[in-house]
Amino acid sequence: MTDRNPKDDRSRKRDTSPLTAHRGMATWGEKLVPLAEFRKATAAVGRELSPEEREAEVAEFLGPPVDPTPVEGPFSKVAVFGGVYNNHYGLTALLDDAEARGVEAIYCLGDLGGFGPNPNKIWPLLERGGVRTIQGNYEESLASGLEDCNCGYTDPRDNHFAEISYRYTASHSSPEFKRWMGGLPKRRRIRVGERELLLVHGSPRRINEFLFHSTSPAPFLEVLLTQERADGFLCTHTGLPWHRRLPSGATVVNVGVIGRPANDGRTEVRYCLLEDRDGRLGVESVELGYDHRALAAEMRREKLPEKFVETVLTGWWTTCLEILPAKERHASRF
Amino acid sequence: MSEMTVSHSSTGSKRVPVVELRSLDTLWFQVAGTVCNLACTHCFVSSSPTNHTHENLTLAEIAPFLEEGARLGVKEYYFTGGEPFLNPEMEAILEATLGYGPATVLTNGLLLDPVRCERLAGLAAESDYSLDFRVSMDGYDAESNDPIRGEGTFERILAGIRNLCAAGINPVITVTEVHCENASREGRERFFRLVGELGIDKPRLKILPVFRMGAEAERSGAYESWQKLRAGEAPAEGWLHLQCSACRMVTDQGVWVCPILVNEPEGKMGTTLADTLGGFPLEHPACWTCHAHGVSCRT
Ligand code: SF4
Repeated sequence: MTDRNPKDDRSRKRDTSPLTAHRGMATWGEKLVPLAEFRKATAAVGRELSPEEREAEVAEFLGPPVDPTPVEGPFSKVAVFGGVYNNHYGLTALLDDAEARGVEAIYCLGDLGGFGPNPNKIWPLLERGGVRTIQGNYEESLASGLEDCNCGYTDPRDNHFAEISYRYTASHSSPEFKRWMGGLPKRRRIRVGERELLLVHGSPRRINEFLFHSTSPAPFLEVLLTQERADGFLCTHTGLPWHRRLPSGATVVNVGVIGRPANDGRTEVRYCLLEDRDGRLGVESVELGYDHRALAAEMRREKLPEKFVETVLTGWWTTCLEILPAKERHASRF
Repeated sequence: MSEMTVSHSSTGSKRVPVVELRSLDTLWFQVAGTVCNLACTHCFVSSSPTNHTHENLTLAEIAPFLEEGARLGVKEYYFTGGEPFLNPEMEAILEATLGYGPATVLTNGLLLDPVRCERLAGLAAESDYSLDFRVSMDGYDAESNDPIRGEGTFERILAGIRNLCAAGINPVITVTEVHCENASREGRERFFRLVGELGIDKPRLKILPVFRMGAEAERSGAYESWQKLRAGEAPAEGWLHLQCSACRMVTDQGVWVCPILVNEPEGKMGTTLADTLGGFPLEHPACWTCHAHGVSCRT
């Protein structure tokens, strides 16, 4: 089928229509050359390694980075959460819940600010719970004094909301709190039972890499874990919790966030419980209720966008949805 | 290594910047070669109904690359052409790919009839991984789109988008900066109004700059000689912001560095992915566009 159209002015200007210009010819840069000439040229360039050389290249390419991060533990039960987004009601509920479940340690994977009200309320709670925190991209930006979140959304309205939330947190966080954020480690390693697990914010390789369930394929995760020499890793950053057991037996968990709901129409937030069950690693995504009405009221008092409040009250995300892959967007209300 | 010496028979040898492959995140397939049912005036690979510079890839040709890609930790697979749905095996290829990871198809939307859309929606629903579609447009009305893509195409693209939506697939609409107002704030707001009118309640948009190569070079003029990357100009963190630090492109003739240079034999790096894990000299003026505009062809 072609779309040749006699009214197309290009076909009038040139002798041959672009629709037929290539007959027997190849495009080589800006020139048209006979097909055979192009094929001959491509056949002559590029490497063609022997099977042994290929093995060596692949081994070098997948070579592990050096990671001197000390291993904490061993533990038999820990709580891991991320994305506080200034939700001190959620953080309070989490500390109570984790204590009631008898965890030995609590870990936070970063993104303390943004979205919610009164960032300075977070630090004392983290101290109270003895929370071991790593740095998220939000802390990295705040500590380095960035004026803007540089989110670069395509939809101008999304940039507007992202900026409001970043500027609010930046101007309401104390200098001491920001300095503390700057000193946080970017990764930790823990031992739960027999397993050595890596804790990161975005991914093992980048603080701001989004790992969604539908775009983090098993072979990709296996390679990351082989490189890291770990039996699993935990991350946050996207806001959506998931868990994938890999064919090798390794485990990857996105713990979700406790700052806002998981875009599922429920007001609860999520965190992760890890437990050694006789050598097996138990992974539980805990649904955590908290006083979300109080959070909504405080956000309104602080004149934060009503769109954010709507998310807290309905469980559906309302802004900055373009980060979602096709599958996650399909399940989303907006 | 951030630069290397390249020898040319005509110009002697010179130092050029080199991009390393940091990880192989995005694996592209020139799945329909350069064959297309349109001949858009800005197509940087000059695809057209008669352009057989690259030919269709078969499922049998693609399968070993899926295996090799998985071993190298590929995160996502992209399919382009030409028009991917001119490849008779396209749906089988997608089904196979979704066993390995998420897939995205870049299409002009013209072959998206309701029956096909239903089948694609079925594939998407069955997989653990995302199946995504990107439909290209060049303006928010026939007046701005059709002179670029061909008369009557605007309405046909909209029909394809409607068919996808009716099947429950929400595509990313890709718009080039052919008209500079497309990317402006007003342009983007106009776009969101247009898709709203189509009944899409979750609009998804991607804006791409144009490469002054192929048909586009004829339309707007080729690169100036100063538009080249030079050794010594590498940013502190190296060239890792370029997509070629994390992608490769498979065509029927081998593995290329990126989706942009497929019509340059020098863009070819090897036969299998393992042959192409080394660095690539950033000699082409298109590399300048990538650098200056921060281009990534992925969504
Ligand atoms: S054209 Fe762009 S993606 Fe391709 S090699 Fe040059 S800089 Fe890299």
